[in-house]
Amino acid sequence: MQFVQLLVFLILFPLIAAFFLLIARKDLEREWIVKLSALAIGIVSVYLLITTYDKGTLLISAIPAEPTGLVMFILEMLIAVYILYLGIKHKKWLVVGLILVQSVMMLYFELVYSHSVHVQANLFSDELSIIMALIIGIIGSLICVYSLGYMKFFHEHHPEMPDKRTWFFGTMFLFLSGMFGLVFSNNIIWVYFFWEITTLCSFLLIGYTKTEEATNNAFLALWMNLLGGIAFAGAIIWLAMFGNGIMGLDALTTSGKVIALIPAALIGFAGLTKAAQLPFSAWLVGAMVAPTPVSALLHSSTMVKAGVYIIVRFAPVFDSTVTGYMIAMVGALTFLLASGIAISQSNAKRVLAYSTIANLGLIVACAGIGTYEAIWAAILLIVFHAISKSLLFLATGTVEHRIKSREIDDMNGLIVRMPKIAAMMVIGIAGMFLLPFGMLISKWAAIRAFIDAPYGFVFVIMLAFGSALTLFFWAKWMGKIIAVTSDSKNIEGEVDRSEWAALVSLAGLTFVTTLVFPMLSTHLLEPFLMTNYGHIAQLSQDNIIIMILMLFLLMVMPLSILLPKHKHRHLAPYMGGRTTTADMRFSGSLGVQKKTVLSNYYLQDWFGEKKLKSWGIWLCSAVICIMILSAVFRVVM
Amino acid sequence: MIDIIMAIVFVLVAPVIGGLVAGIDRKVTAHMQGRVGPSVFQPFWDVGKLFEKENAVVNETQIFYAICYVLFMAFTGALFFSGGDLLLVIFALTLSQVFLVLGAFAANSPYSYVGAERELLQIMAYEPMVILTAVGMFVATRSFNVADIATTTIPVVLLIPGIFLGFLYTLTIKLRKSPFDISTSHHAHQEIVKGVTTEFSGPSLGLIEITHWYETVLLLGFLYLFFGWNPLLAVVAVIVLYLLEILIDNTNARMRWQFAVKSAWLVALVAGFINLAALYFLSGGVS
Amino acid sequence: MTYLAKSPWIFHYDASSCNGCDIEILACLTPMYDVERFGIINTGNPKHADIFVVTGSINEANREVIQNLYNQMPDPKVVVAVGICACSGGVFRECYNVAGGIDKLIPVDVYVPGCAARPESIIDGIVTALGVLEEKRSKNIHSKVVTDHERPERHNHAQGGAQ
Ligand code: SF4
Repeated sequence: MQFVQLLVFLILFPLIAAFFLLIARKDLEREWIVKLSALAIGIVSVYLLITTYDKGTLLISAIPAEPTGLVMFILEMLIAVYILYLGIKHKKWLVVGLILVQSVMMLYFELVYSHSVHVQANLFSDELSIIMALIIGIIGSLICVYSLGYMKFFHEHHPEMPDKRTWFFGTMFLFLSGMFGLVFSNNIIWVYFFWEITTLCSFLLIGYTKTEEATNNAFLALWMNLLGGIAFAGAIIWLAMFGNGIMGLDALTTSGKVIALIPAALIGFAGLTKAAQLPFSAWLVGAMVAPTPVSALLHSSTMVKAGVYIIVRFAPVFDSTVTGYMIAMVGALTFLLASGIAISQSNAKRVLAYSTIANLGLIVACAGIGTYEAIWAAILLIVFHAISKSLLFLATGTVEHRIKSREIDDMNGLIVRMPKIAAMMVIGIAGMFLLPFGMLISKWAAIRAFIDAPYGFVFVIMLAFGSALTLFFWAKWMGKIIAVTSDSKNIEGEVDRSEWAALVSLAGLTFVTTLVFPMLSTHLLEPFLMTNYGHIAQLSQDNIIIMILMLFLLMVMPLSILLPKHKHRHLAPYMGGRTTTADMRFSGSLGVQKKTVLSNYYLQDWFGEKKLKSWGIWLCSAVICIMILSAVFRVVM
Repeated sequence: MIDIIMAIVFVLVAPVIGGLVAGIDRKVTAHMQGRVGPSVFQPFWDVGKLFEKENAVVNETQIFYAICYVLFMAFTGALFFSGGDLLLVIFALTLSQVFLVLGAFAANSPYSYVGAERELLQIMAYEPMVILTAVGMFVATRSFNVADIATTTIPVVLLIPGIFLGFLYTLTIKLRKSPFDISTSHHAHQEIVKGVTTEFSGPSLGLIEITHWYETVLLLGFLYLFFGWNPLLAVVAVIVLYLLEILIDNTNARMRWQFAVKSAWLVALVAGFINLAALYFLSGGVS
Repeated sequence: MTYLAKSPWIFHYDASSCNGCDIEILACLTPMYDVERFGIINTGNPKHADIFVVTGSINEANREVIQNLYNQMPDPKVVVAVGICACSGGVFRECYNVAGGIDKLIPVDVYVPGCAARPESIIDGIVTALGVLEEKRSKNIHSKVVTDHERPERHNHAQGGAQ
């Protein structure tokens, strides 16, 4: 069966690539391996789409469960031992404790229950898996290609750091493999295995630079995700004990609330940790210490998307339960608070981090509400967010290498200094919050979904406020980039070819996905919603036409630069009549030269990170407690 | 559903109406201050003059943003008056506003820079309420289409009085009237010179003026929707409410932006929440 | 008649005036004189203005400012010197720090004498300026960028920052 081979290829091929990357010693070899495997992964994931988009859900029982399961268990235990060793070595006792608890749980399960578990199909694929596979396969591999140039530059300019690029690229591809496995697994135990692989990879990548800060943040990410892992393991044991051994995702989501609600709540909790929702947001912000491609990978196509993916998977179980609303509430609160915190951040990567957390919050909110419209919005958000966010991260990384700063205020006049990269960045930002682009379409869909849901008005109000905050921090950043400073020179120079290829592809994707989104919706989203919910959600034809019109308008406008035009007289900016030099220096009182410095508003008093975060941690923790309790009550009562 | 003719009519006629409204505004304001005031056609002469002047800029990109601003504002208005989707209208409106902000940022001048930041604060202040307005109208009429809302037989304003009041509050911000003319002002001096428009001159400033006319007509259209079930009442209401805005403009001093944002949010939160919650529970919990 | 004459926006700069003339200019805006009848608006921003109204005379502190403001006005533009100080230096002309009337620095189109100039004569001056403005527009005259020739060391700064 050709289809099985495709799935297996996607899961195993990155693994093989990772292996070869580990043994490749020369730069050139590595470059070719990365480029070719990225190309292969991209092509195969598109090929998967072409061959299966109209086939609906496909279950695969061809893979023998017993030996594979055993191999997975052994690997899991090896990983546990490795983490245990690192935990003891770095004296991170929390991590040690958590990994011990988790391993004992899995050991217990393996010894007592594993024989009573029977899963018909271990792998499967439906429209959601395909969409996820496309995101991982295309965006993930673009990021890997980008890393080639970035890491070279990184090590040239940080000679003090040990050059362990073999490890780096190996882990990146292992990560992709884990993600593919995650989205194609039907067996929960398999999902769990791949889940742990992503946790491990993110831990390794965050700690890549081996500085103290990096190590600490890596362990922070590790313990938070281990917490989720324990919840996941708990769900598996619960299913084995009370769920008649149902372990297939397909069976679970239709098995009724009595069986599925508690495991769904536990896995939902695991999803919240992985998606960096509020009490656990710190690890994603901390992950900023890693090289930028790692952040791009974590934020756009892998890791956090695994968290929301699993919640979206379980959305039918959450449908109109208190548990679902509480998950949605965590998401909505996170969206609101993280958007606020993003306003107060001056570091570009931190702004991006909080914006990711916020957008994931929105996805979680949609998934928690779980109506067909909400799920439609959630999947759209996953897709569009992945594209724009990876573009923004990669552009920021390239800029950072040139201006040696991540501060947004230092990006003043970027359009003059690095016109091409600045244009990419502007496209990325526009993709995050302006109209014809995907993110806004998704937000729009979310508003409509919320209105129709019970108690939806609460979520609508939170969304309305949250999107106002979002607008503020994106627009002020965009303003910084497009400010035309008269004294700056073009310092763009040669951008590395691989970096450039990734940037242009992602910018192109931003436009293309917005254009083909109606097709995406009819061919992938609607069948998915139809099979799972019996309804479809879509935008009316008129609105789609209008948006495509706007998109064209937006694309045509910049071309006006090409038109012949007469030169306009240029005036100096108004400085109250003071004589000002081209680099905006003026003589202040007593003839002292002053430099005009324009800085964004950060509104620290209102949106200070400390204040909002502690609020969010308490609130969301409380909501999560209610969520778990409500699931227990519902089942027990 | 989309009425192309209405869209074209809007694009052509709205500047005329908007300009007249601005002229009447100035006349009424003058009378309130015991002056004779200019002719009601003064705004047209002003813009005509601006187009006779030299287009001097700090840099060329400003012109680009000014053109985008007017283009997308006209687009937004056309979408509204042809009966399009209200949420889409709101998002398109935001897009065009962002172009004005970018134009101000592009000049890299302190005054327009502060103006741009303040303009963003203003957008941030009114955005929640504007979205809630669309939501409220949907809850009242079960449709997002302007065509449906405008021709509904449901007395919208009676169902969403809270949202109506909230919208009126933010309307003052959107029309740049005192006490919320913090990013730029129709009146003479202000502490940041002319805020966002400081660095625009001649034709590009003229474009921005025209955009304001479009915007005024669009906002009056929003007001109309609240009374859509009775066109006569609606027109009277729109006129009375606009006069009310002028009165507010002339009797208030400019507030700080902190007040503008906080109060607008408070109004949106209280009015929006109470109103939507009441509607939700009165209609039996299932919307 | 073109629109220019119907909508003259002025920009008022207080050079080293004793404030007498400034108060008279503001008086023009009051209900008593209400110059907005003629479409006159006091903009406070050279980039929006058509008429540059200067009161007071030139001194060390303001000569650069006057030039910069003048240069930042878009064409066509005219300058109205209000008050005898602005016209010639007036009672201050002998002062050690006063260089004289503003026509020492920028081309003045209309002189409104008086100490202080009366609102009526200010309005009259501005209406006269409208004629000049109209003439400049029809002849498409571009005003020159003014630089301070007497003071070569400042030459470079005069455009508002060339160097
Ligand atoms: S002319 Fe007279 S009133 Fe006017 S500034 Fe000079 S001294 Fe003052």
